[in-house]
Amino acid sequence: MTLPGPQSAALPAARGRTLTKVFGEGDTRVVALDRVDVDFDRGRFTAIMGPSGSGKSTLMHCMAGLDSVTEGQAFIGDVDLSSLDDKALTVLRRDRIGFVFQAFNLLPTLTALENITLPMDIAGRKPDQAWLDQVIDTVGLRDRLAHRPTELSGGQQQRVACARALAGRPDIVFADEPTGNLDSRSGADVLDFLRSSVRRMDQTVVMVTHDPKAAGYADRVLFLADGRIVDEMAEPTAERVLERLKAFDPAEDRTGEADAASRAGVR
Amino acid sequence: MWRTTWRSLLAHKLRLALSGLAIVLGVAFVVGTLIFTDTLSKTFNDLFESTAADVNVTRAAAFDQGLEGTGTGGTATYVPAGLVDEIADVEGVAAVEGNVQAEGVYILDADGEVLDTGGAPGIGISWDTEESLSPTTLVDGRAATGPGEVMIDTNSAEDTGYRVGDTITVLTPGPRVEAELVGTFRFGDEGGLAGASLTAFDTTTAQELLSAPGQFTGIGVGAADGVDPDELADRVAAVVGSDYDVKTASEQAESLSSDFSEALQFINIFLLVFAAIALFVGTFIILNTFSMLVAQRTRELALLRALGASRGQVTRSVLGEALVVGLVGSTLGLAAGYGIAAGLRALFGSFGLTLDGDLVLSTDTVLWAYAVGVLVTLVSAYVPARRAARMPPVAAMRDDVVTAQRGLRRRTVVGAVLAAVGIAALVGGTLSDDGGTGASLVGLGALALILGATALSPVLAVPFLRSVGALLPRIWGTTGRLAQENAVRNPRRTAATASALMIGLALVSAFSVIGASTNASIDELVTGSVRAEFVVSSAVQVPFSGDVAAELAEVDGVDAIMPLRWGQAQLDGRTSFLTAVDPDSLDRSIELSLVDGSTERLGGNGLLVDESTADGRGWAVGDTVEVLTRDGRQQELVVRGVFESNQVIGSTVVSLDSLTAFGGVALDRFLFVDLADDVAPADVRPQLEEVTDAYPVVDLKDRGEFSDEQKSSVDQLLLLINAMLVLSVLIAALGIVNTLAMSVIERTREIGLLRAVGLGRAQLRRMVRLEAVVISIYGAVLGLVLGTLFGVALSRSLADQGITELVVPLPRMAVFLLVAAVIGVLAAVGPARRAARLKVLDAIAQT
Ligand SMILES: Nc1ncnc2c1ncn2[C@@H]1O[C@H](COP(=O)(O)OP(=O)(O)OP(=O)(O)O)[C@@H](O)[C@H]1O
Ligand SMILES: [Mg+2]
Repeated sequence: MTLPGPQSAALPAARGRTLTKVFGEGDTRVVALDRVDVDFDRGRFTAIMGPSGSGKSTLMHCMAGLDSVTEGQAFIGDVDLSSLDDKALTVLRRDRIGFVFQAFNLLPTLTALENITLPMDIAGRKPDQAWLDQVIDTVGLRDRLAHRPTELSGGQQQRVACARALAGRPDIVFADEPTGNLDSRSGADVLDFLRSSVRRMDQTVVMVTHDPKAAGYADRVLFLADGRIVDEMAEPTAERVLERLKAFDPAEDRTGEADAASRAGVR
Repeated sequence: MWRTTWRSLLAHKLRLALSGLAIVLGVAFVVGTLIFTDTLSKTFNDLFESTAADVNVTRAAAFDQGLEGTGTGGTATYVPAGLVDEIADVEGVAAVEGNVQAEGVYILDADGEVLDTGGAPGIGISWDTEESLSPTTLVDGRAATGPGEVMIDTNSAEDTGYRVGDTITVLTPGPRVEAELVGTFRFGDEGGLAGASLTAFDTTTAQELLSAPGQFTGIGVGAADGVDPDELADRVAAVVGSDYDVKTASEQAESLSSDFSEALQFINIFLLVFAAIALFVGTFIILNTFSMLVAQRTRELALLRALGASRGQVTRSVLGEALVVGLVGSTLGLAAGYGIAAGLRALFGSFGLTLDGDLVLSTDTVLWAYAVGVLVTLVSAYVPARRAARMPPVAAMRDDVVTAQRGLRRRTVVGAVLAAVGIAALVGGTLSDDGGTGASLVGLGALALILGATALSPVLAVPFLRSVGALLPRIWGTTGRLAQENAVRNPRRTAATASALMIGLALVSAFSVIGASTNASIDELVTGSVRAEFVVSSAVQVPFSGDVAAELAEVDGVDAIMPLRWGQAQLDGRTSFLTAVDPDSLDRSIELSLVDGSTERLGGNGLLVDESTADGRGWAVGDTVEVLTRDGRQQELVVRGVFESNQVIGSTVVSLDSLTAFGGVALDRFLFVDLADDVAPADVRPQLEEVTDAYPVVDLKDRGEFSDEQKSSVDQLLLLINAMLVLSVLIAALGIVNTLAMSVIERTREIGLLRAVGLGRAQLRRMVRLEAVVISIYGAVLGLVLGTLFGVALSRSLADQGITELVVPLPRMAVFLLVAAVIGVLAAVGPARRAARLKVLDAIAQT
């Protein structure tokens, strides 16, 4: 069982200190993260926004122990990720972190339920049945549990992925553009689920998004540009986020549509 | 489109290497087999073409003896010395000399052991004084001139370490000879003798030892300058008359090598069957690899279609890729095949078939290599290429096309029909009365069943993996479950991967059943039918002098010695292999179960035949059989008894007197030593051995040892077969490596995901390993089941040929299963390591 430890409730679920990530060398050198200090408090839903290439994914990867940092430290609870070797990091990811990627979150050979319990199965742990039921009911997929991913719609697949991320009751869930591939209806389902998991089940969620509407579901929005946190907004709404985006990068004059178009170009 | 083909080749270097590897392996095996067969025939052709005389004269034979009869154990025919002078007078003859040649001449090494020729004959010859008529060339020393002098070939000199001037011992069919080694010589141009040893004496000594005074085995004639050998042969024939065969050098080489090709045919057919299996297995691997390659590129190909490429263009692009890969693979396979041929040569060398010359790489072999490599690759690529071309362009947008499955209905139907036909043929073959038809029915049945099983194997894979595979999650939890699901997700691929192993193991286990059954039958036969306490025979399978029998008979406690000899004659128009025994002591030495008649009247012109011969020839007790001896005399035999098949004694038995009357040589093959009733075998053994020790070619064995010796030839053949099959199992293993490696590439994103959600490296490696093991075990189980069926059916159909017992060697089968599991583990090493080394983020990012 990995319930939040005995540490004081004040300790954030995850935090970064002077996080720096540099890719390449010489001509190809890119500073993806530039001395970022960030806290992700427990029981909060944080959205991360910023232009393409600003370092959002890199930040999540470094915080989640999927990538190493060049300088600085990333903590999950009070554990410094840079002090862990690959084995320990794997176990940490398995037991204390949940993930949702933009696409391809599920193993095609396993059923929805098996996908949801996969991290616990790998660990050889029995899932907490009451919690699991709660997660499944919240995600609203009880009648689809025996289906394989190919038999589910894109939105359903992402919800299964979210359920998997939460099923182990992790310290924190990282979701990188979880609704990026979905229409607005299915996207809303996924976001609803993430928000209610934070509100009703006291989970901690960090989500990267390009969509101001999606950001509106969060408790807080961080704005990233050129590898730095340039602003943050509490209790955001879609309108305020959109305003803010326009304001902090007027040259690009981003609108929701333009943003969506640029995203399509990226993928 | 050619540019996209080329780019795609470069972009997928690893996949390319893997599919190329499949082709290299398949081609290498075929090429290796072909090169080896060519080398084998060349060695023997060289051997036969090494007659220097333009025309050779031998005694005309009433029938062609084939190879079996050329030994001294057969029936020798001689040419009188007087004929030499007559031939010398023929116009156009430049040189003429009588020669003697016989088998059964063995060189003893410094330790007094027979120089091992590995089954090849030890030949004694007379040294031709006419150099132009001699196939040999003096290398060191001088020619032998009298009784105390001898010469040996350079290979034998090297093997024994003897030098000119040493005193050496030579065993002949007659006495043992101690003589001074006065010279060494080379045979033919290259000295290749395929393991045989040559010992030369001067002509008079050779006649005394090997033929008879004044008798030659042949006469060599040299043509004067400008005289046509054919014409000379005609003139000589006119002088010597129809009692003698006159052949030109080329005719002789031809008839010898055609005799020999027949004998070699067994090896050739065996090797070619093998090449076919290799090709079959190789095709699977190539087909498998290309299906995967194309499946992985579905999105890319669909994108091409979306961008406006026609179906034909897509198909051609894939085929173009296959062509390049096929060409490169075939070329490398050709080189690797050369290596395999060298390996085969070493392998056969260890069984005594020494091939000294260079390996022969013929144009045909090269053509075959490319035909096989390129064609198989193109065909293998065509099926998936067409499938890819039919892919709707929207597939470019879908994520899950890779796992799209096609139905297995057609396979089920075809497979079931083939399997049913196969089983029917197996049962028919087992029930068939005639061993020959039975065995060929079993062969056909086996082929149909293998094809059927191959077609059905994806259908069977699912229930197997669901049931037996369910052990994996039971034991290894989630990694086991993931491995099971991975194996089951694409039954076609799993089946194709397993089928290579299936075929290999089916053959190995079939031969194991036959081998074990044969050995058990031999045991049963020897304990059941040999009454003599001891058997004396030659360790090197050569006939030996009658002195041994005479001396053994003198030993106290010996009741009777029964000699057994071999010979040949034509019985009712068909050449038959005869066994000759002493009618008086037969019953005391060997117990025959008689179906009809008795052994009592074998003496004189009696004949005993076994049941299948009697049935086949339509002989019954009391029938008279016409005999034509090799030197052309007519005789008669009367059938006195019909017995149940008995490998110890053979199928056609006559008395020693009859064989002698037919011109058989008085050399023994076996001696059965029967002791007096009140004598303990252990007490007499030392005295008996004292006698046999003086004759290095012969050994004394008790019944158990005799049985073991009979079994050892079966074991050796099995070892050879198994060694070859191990090679095919190796190919199968590489096929598994190949499939796994491709699967790992194909599932890169899944692996990334698994790692991201917390699957450790060791667990990941175990997952890949378990998948490999479960697939190989599936192939092994199929193979063992099929092989056991074949083995049982074949042994049953050969029951009347002496395989009376039926043994399924279960412990050996268990070992095979274990070996298959180990092959799985080993095959997984590379792919598993590769999977574990993938960086999580790179893997996830991969599209
Ligand atoms: N593996 C890598 N190697 C080199 N450079 C990289 C690598 N990953 C990211 N970068 C660079 O780091 C910077 C930040 O990348 P990141 O993926 O974090 O951006 P992002 O904010 O997630 O963008 P998007 O909105 O397009 O997903 C970019 O300039 C990118 O080119
Ligand atoms: Mg990103």
